[in-house]
Amino acid sequence: MSGAVCLLLVAAGGFAGAIVRYRLSQAIAKRFPSPLPYGTLTINATGSLLLGIIAGGHAPQWLALLLGTGFMGAYTTFSTFKLESVRLGRQRTWGYFALYMVSSYGLGLIAAAFGLYIF
Amino acid sequence: MDMLIVGAGGIVGALARYGLSLVFNPADPAAFPWGTLACNLAGSFALGSLASAAEGRLPDWLKLGLSTGVIGSFTTFSTLSVELLHLLQHGRLAAALGYGLASAAGGLLSVRAGMALTERRRYFAVKGGRP
Repeated sequence: MSGAVCLLLVAAGGFAGAIVRYRLSQAIAKRFPSPLPYGTLTINATGSLLLGIIAGGHAPQWLALLLGTGFMGAYTTFSTFKLESVRLGRQRTWGYFALYMVSSYGLGLIAAAFGLYIF
Repeated sequence: MDMLIVGAGGIVGALARYGLSLVFNPADPAAFPWGTLACNLAGSFALGSLASAAEGRLPDWLKLGLSTGVIGSFTTFSTLSVELLHLLQHGRLAAALGYGLASAAGGLLSVRAGMALTERRRYFAVKGGRP
């Protein structure tokens, strides 16, 4: 596959992934207002599950670039998760801080393992 | 309109991450994923500095495009989860632990460092010069 096609696939996936993350996190924040950022948590867990399925299923290269590197890469986010964690720490809500860290990494790993090895 | 701005930022962030991963992420799934770690730490620093920038310093559309669009897509969580499992699967326990710790603690420190940078600059701007 040519380099230009690879770039195009990643770009298309990134475009869609960022929009879905934006809309979904807005919708979840509106529906379930809480100090715990459920939106990012849901997005990172579901994205880890889906990337696990893609990585474990030996998808063809074009699909891995479009859905894996492009969509799931952009849909899930590390920086927002860390920023939200720092804000919980600054507000001295250490219980939420710990819960958010543990649930993000725990759910992310369990979901990815489920996708990789069980699907 | 917001969606298009976020989507355009998403294209830029995803392509930049892809480029870095081509250079730094070895094809061998048992190797240490330097590319993803670099993206995640650099992106956390950038988001921290952008988040504590004063209200109204940047137009809202630009802040949305840069933070939710570019940086949100540049950093990734799903790849981190899958890479951690690949390291464990190949018996590289120390590498997995190092990668997990570098991400978990390094990400928090990067955000704080980015915030400190902007808050320092703002402090000097308000004071009008050096302390």
